[in-house]
Amino acid sequence: MSIINYLSASAIPIVILIILYYGIKEKKKVFDIFLEGAKDGLKIVIDLFPTLIGIFLAVGALRNSGILDFIIEIISPVTDLLKIPSQILPLAMLRPISGSASMGVAVDIMQTYGVDTTIGMITSVIMGSTETTIYTIAIYSSFVKIKKTRFVLAAALLADLAGMIMATCLF
Amino acid sequence: MLNIIWPAFIAISFIYALISGNIENASNGIFESCESAVELTITFFGTICLWNGIIAICKETSLMSKLSKLLKPVINFLFPELKRNNQAKEEISMNIIANLLGLGNAATPLGLKAMETMQKENPKKDTLSNSMAMFIVLNTASLQLIPTNVIAIRSSLGSSAPSNIILQVWVASIIAAVVGITATKIFMKKF
Repeated sequence: MSIINYLSASAIPIVILIILYYGIKEKKKVFDIFLEGAKDGLKIVIDLFPTLIGIFLAVGALRNSGILDFIIEIISPVTDLLKIPSQILPLAMLRPISGSASMGVAVDIMQTYGVDTTIGMITSVIMGSTETTIYTIAIYSSFVKIKKTRFVLAAALLADLAGMIMATCLF
Repeated sequence: MLNIIWPAFIAISFIYALISGNIENASNGIFESCESAVELTITFFGTICLWNGIIAICKETSLMSKLSKLLKPVINFLFPELKRNNQAKEEISMNIIANLLGLGNAATPLGLKAMETMQKENPKKDTLSNSMAMFIVLNTASLQLIPTNVIAIRSSLGSSAPSNIILQVWVASIIAAVVGITATKIFMKKF
């Protein structure tokens, strides 16, 4: 397990090293480019902020009203069968629909149950290994004016489900 | 879709709270939600701006086109129908590389270009071709070398080892991609 942790911990420094190596080798003004990119990051965060407020309000309401516990209790037989912790269900349901909304839900779960707990880790892996499936299909198809997407939604959701089940099996 | 889900969540919660006598809790929670959104956004400014800066350097170098050459055999396996369409293949591999590097903002425009190129060869203009279907499924599988966003969130939330999920993310997304690709290969013959 320590080798896995070591590899995980080295991945980011190594990627940064490789990128900087190419930047310097190709004589790019790496710091200027970095600043430009970081500035774009500001816009991403500012755009995300209203969504976060909205989602935190809705998910916070679900939790604080006690209805989430009530729903979790009702569906726990099904989730137990699939070995999915019921706490992550709101995430599993929102993940294919909206990127920023599922990000808000994921943060809420990790704040409530802890980032480094099993539930926190599963949440992280689900966020890292799945996409906003429905949004992606809609964007790519509508861009070239396609109306019939055939089996794509089924295949993509099947992949998402496999990813989520795998994420829960790894911990 | 969120225009329906969002108000539904709120309405159901508050009505349930009113009935179950939990309304004080629910009311306090409203303002706590705002506070935690602000706190989180402030920490996001650090982590997300940092990654965007690093990624911007990557985009300026030849790293992307170098990596896309390595992908050739994979592309030929996944898109057998694109035999002579080199332009489409190149755009697809650039899109995959951008996804692998976590360049979501660069991946989408590249992917849309690939869709346009494939649409030119598509006999039925209102229906996805096999190649287009495979391409979209690949894009929904989120193959990423470094899940930068998740790591950024984890460190914002005070994780003791924010990047300790990378290997698990690789395994889960590879499994998801294999399932998606297999399903697509099977379904495209039947539907």
